[in-house]
Amino acid sequence: MHDKMSQLGDRVQGSQAWSSIFRPGSIFRKGYSDSPRNRSYVIMNSVLYHLHPVKVKRHAVKVSYTLCLGGLSFFLFILLTVTGIFLMFFYRPEAAQAWNDMYALQTSITFGLLVRNMHRWGAHLMVLSVFLHMARVFYHGAYKPPREFNWVIGVILLTLTLLLSFTGYLLPWDQLALWAVTVGTNMMGYTPVFGDDVRFVLLGGAEIGSDTLIRWYVLHVLLLPFVIVIFMAIHFWRVRKDGGISGPL
Amino acid sequence: MTEIPEHLRKRAEEARQKAEAKKAGGAAAAEPTAAAAAPAADATAAGDSRIPAHLLERSRAAKEKAAGGGTGGGGVATAPAPGPTAAGGGVATAAPPVATGPGGHTQRLLTVVKSGSIQDVKATPQDKVHTWPHLLAVEFVAALAMTAFLFIFSVFVNAPLLTLANLNQTPNPSKAPWYFLGLQELLTMFHPMVAGVTIPGIGIFMLILAPYIDRNPSNKPEDRKFAISLMTVHLMFWAVLTLIGSFFRGPGFNFVFPWNDGLFFEL
Repeated sequence: MHDKMSQLGDRVQGSQAWSSIFRPGSIFRKGYSDSPRNRSYVIMNSVLYHLHPVKVKRHAVKVSYTLCLGGLSFFLFILLTVTGIFLMFFYRPEAAQAWNDMYALQTSITFGLLVRNMHRWGAHLMVLSVFLHMARVFYHGAYKPPREFNWVIGVILLTLTLLLSFTGYLLPWDQLALWAVTVGTNMMGYTPVFGDDVRFVLLGGAEIGSDTLIRWYVLHVLLLPFVIVIFMAIHFWRVRKDGGISGPL
Repeated sequence: MTEIPEHLRKRAEEARQKAEAKKAGGAAAAEPTAAAAAPAADATAAGDSRIPAHLLERSRAAKEKAAGGGTGGGGVATAPAPGPTAAGGGVATAAPPVATGPGGHTQRLLTVVKSGSIQDVKATPQDKVHTWPHLLAVEFVAALAMTAFLFIFSVFVNAPLLTLANLNQTPNPSKAPWYFLGLQELLTMFHPMVAGVTIPGIGIFMLILAPYIDRNPSNKPEDRKFAISLMTVHLMFWAVLTLIGSFFRGPGFNFVFPWNDGLFFEL
């Protein structure tokens, strides 16, 4: 039985289809062995090469240096995208429908409540982890040359994260959402010169209503994710161009 | 340590051994009393070195000539030395005629150029490890742990869904999302334009400018006491405001103690 299985495994791994999927050096290829050359190929010959160099400084691997905060922020963004797409199937951004859809999602859709919980808690966690990431970077002096501009991009990413969270806050269309957003946008209205105009454009009117909901929905599911992905790409690219992770202290 | 490729290390090891063997051979040859041992050492040195035999012969002769000249006090260079000492003379006469270059110079053919003496290598080697498996494994575990935490937390704690939005019924208190509660707390102290726009605006702006204001190149905590203190005060300022806004504000946004009046806080 064991022989048969390993034979089958060899046949599959030796097939053309398999080796067309996994490039040379992949750990899934036939006869992968642990050698410095193969360790390099795992990164160099995979899509991961867009994110990671073949080698990193030894202290960068220590969890106590980064606490994984930047990576976890990115991972939470991916989790939020996946759960968010699931939620989009069951939600209509209209004042007459939104709350009912949320209620139905929780009561009559399989895993609806669980996925919504994950999306909500994940969003709060992402705000927290991006914020902590910023604090970590500051305390390690990692914003110093040549990384000044990447710090600027990081502050923009923090702002975008807050905006993403805030725009999502309105979508359940319950009392909590409505009044939290009312308080938030009233503050915005006090911006000198163009405060009222900004508020009017964001709300799609003088008061929060159905027009606000569709605007914030588009901001939340399309515009802001689009913008933040561009800034994330620049952020990650700059990490490598500026000489990899900072430190050691 | 940088990882030195296996074949380069092996080559360096061989070169080092060869150099030691040669040194031992040379010392033996220079020792007049150990003349008997010298040919054996030379034979082994010649055996594993790739330097042609006649060149080795020539260099040994030159060495002896120099030694002979030193002790003899200006003996004739080209002629086989008459022999200041009996043993030395014996070896010298046994040597075959020496081929000399033009003007009687004996040329040195090889020299060792130490790394860095001609080319200045600027990049100091860094202590690096392979991304796979060292970094990817850590990232994978972190991602799994985060997923597990979020999943389990979401199984047990439900996200709030209050009653349908109603513009005619203002809840008391009305609170912004938690990350804006620091700002809402500032609203109780300042004019809305100051609390809602000026202070957070300056805060974000200073944060963006931080690397351009802080010109201190060191990243050592002991060199950055001022910067670290300033940032800590800044972070604590917002943390305390947010905590007060979240837990210590009740109906009418009046100050309450959560252990007396309960929580007025939704995530």
